Amino acid sequence: MFTAMLGEAWHAMGANRMRTFLTMLGMMIGVGAVVMMMAIGEGAQQSIKKSISSMGSNLFIVLSGPPNTAGARSATGNALSLNVKDADAIAELDGVAGLAPTTMGSAQVIYAGNNWNTSIIGTTPSYMEIRDWVIYDGYVFSNSDMRSATRVALIGKTVADNLFGDDTDPVGKTIRIKQSPFLVVGVLNPKGQSLDGRDQDDTIIVPLTTAQRKLFGNQVPGSVRMMMVQAESDKAMPQAEEDINNLLRQRHNIREGSDSDFSVRNLTAIANTAAETTRTMALLLGAIASISLLVGGIGIMNIMLVSVTERTREIGIRMAIGARERDILLQFLLEAFVISIVGCVIGILIGVGGAMIVKSFTGTDAVVTTQSITLAFAVAASVGIFFGFYPARKAARLNPIEALRYQ
Amino acid sequence: MSYVIEVRQIYKDYQTAAGAFPVLKDVNLTIERGDYVAIMGPSGSGKSTFMNILGCLDRPTAGEYFLDGHQVSQLSGNDLAKLRNKTIGFVFQGFNLLARSNLLDNVALPLVYSSVDKKTRHERAEQVLIKVGLGSYLNSRPSQISGGQQQRVAIARALVNEPRLILADEPTGNLDSKTSEEIMQLFDSLNQEGISIVLVTHETDIAEHAKRQVRFLDGKIVHDSYEQSAVMEAS
Repeated sequence: MFTAMLGEAWHAMGANRMRTFLTMLGMMIGVGAVVMMMAIGEGAQQSIKKSISSMGSNLFIVLSGPPNTAGARSATGNALSLNVKDADAIAELDGVAGLAPTTMGSAQVIYAGNNWNTSIIGTTPSYMEIRDWVIYDGYVFSNSDMRSATRVALIGKTVADNLFGDDTDPVGKTIRIKQSPFLVVGVLNPKGQSLDGRDQDDTIIVPLTTAQRKLFGNQVPGSVRMMMVQAESDKAMPQAEEDINNLLRQRHNIREGSDSDFSVRNLTAIANTAAETTRTMALLLGAIASISLLVGGIGIMNIMLVSVTERTREIGIRMAIGARERDILLQFLLEAFVISIVGCVIGILIGVGGAMIVKSFTGTDAVVTTQSITLAFAVAASVGIFFGFYPARKAARLNPIEALRYQ
Repeated sequence: MSYVIEVRQIYKDYQTAAGAFPVLKDVNLTIERGDYVAIMGPSGSGKSTFMNILGCLDRPTAGEYFLDGHQVSQLSGNDLAKLRNKTIGFVFQGFNLLARSNLLDNVALPLVYSSVDKKTRHERAEQVLIKVGLGSYLNSRPSQISGGQQQRVAIARALVNEPRLILADEPTGNLDSKTSEEIMQLFDSLNQEGISIVLVTHETDIAEHAKRQVRFLDGKIVHDSYEQSAVMEAS
């Protein structure tokens, strides 16, 4: 019975090919748009996720200098209020998993005939773990390098490419940073872009002490511009932030009500905001695309209503020879359903193809997930049933005598 | 129960803007199994309405109608559909075949609604098509055959579910006299096989094929050739 009706539906669709195709086209465009937009949204989310995980997890930055001061203000991190002892005290706190005092600057780097301007990070070996850096080749400098302020450097992929090219192995070579010779001990595994679009691989990491004494050597000994602090877990972050604030205020003898001479920034919270924003954007894209799906559904309803009117006599014949109301209902519902499902399948192909084209032309990540396809399929099927129901019911409720008389 | 149709005191009103308009007024009729009845009468006499009620396509405003022992007025829409499907075979003036489908599918259509599987459907449809003399046109479309042949297909469709009763509404109205005669001979032979036939016509020579003639006028039966169950003429 059901297969017979499916055959009938197919037959009826074939009887008016152009009309069926145009009706399907609405569905195709709708589903295609949904699949494609979801792919773009998903791609954006995935690249954000990648950036976030490349940043390292559960991070704070503690900067010296007040978050805001009255009167003349200098850039945060310039007033050197933090020192190594503060860092040690923070490292002792519950909920703090790791800490890396960091200083930064930029410098011209030279190897043989090549030179390159890049950012130099002076830090401790623990920085590698906190920021999730992995060594591609060579090794990380040690704590004894820290103590003796040796001139060793870890270089990022971009720096390696620009100074050494493809042929030379950078490890073991000596480069010059601000005229001082540094031994390259390792090359970092590439990370790609950061959340704000910077190339994270365009960097050189050197021991903190070396940076302070030999590169940016105008600092109070033992002072720290900033430090990266890693909390033990996501849940430990709010408590850790409060503890760091309290500890530093106490150590710096800041009275209640006065401004701090340092600031704590929750990087993970910033990253999560970015992720949330992308998610909202992805949702918005999907929602806009869904509207075209809705329009496609209305197209189906429209054409089914025409079809019911056109086939009034046929409906009358069917009723006279024993079709029940629900047989007629099912027949027209099935027809709407088949139109939307076939349109949906083609639409998915269009969407996947469109996503691939977008990817190859713009370089934007576009990721088609099975989830989005399942969703598009489910929505299209329900659209078919929903918009097919009213015309089908209209057909089923026809009076057989009047239907038979219809010309 | 030997009556295939038993109609008692049926009234039918149509609601119009001017109020209820009576179409059938106190119609009584019984038809025995195997009977062959021609219903005659001028346009507007109520014979078509009466046929629609007999065919379970319409319900009377008042009165009782028993079809093959079922009291039709008490049945649900689904039960009525089942009766139309299994007990009655319809033949219309305009043939009413589905233009898109071939003859085999047209004839098999009632079986779709009684949930017969596809193989059996086609076997039985083929049998009745052979019976009405169209065995070599199984895959033709209605537009490819003549009017007389189309009416044969319609008769085959009416027969495919082995009904008790065939209701034919002006079955020869669209046919020339020679073809009409052939179609009527087909009805005659079906009646000899024991199928009850009720047909509406306004042609006397067609009506004479039937064993019994019933004449409608102004919503009442004014003449019934069957003496034993004759309805008293309303004065």
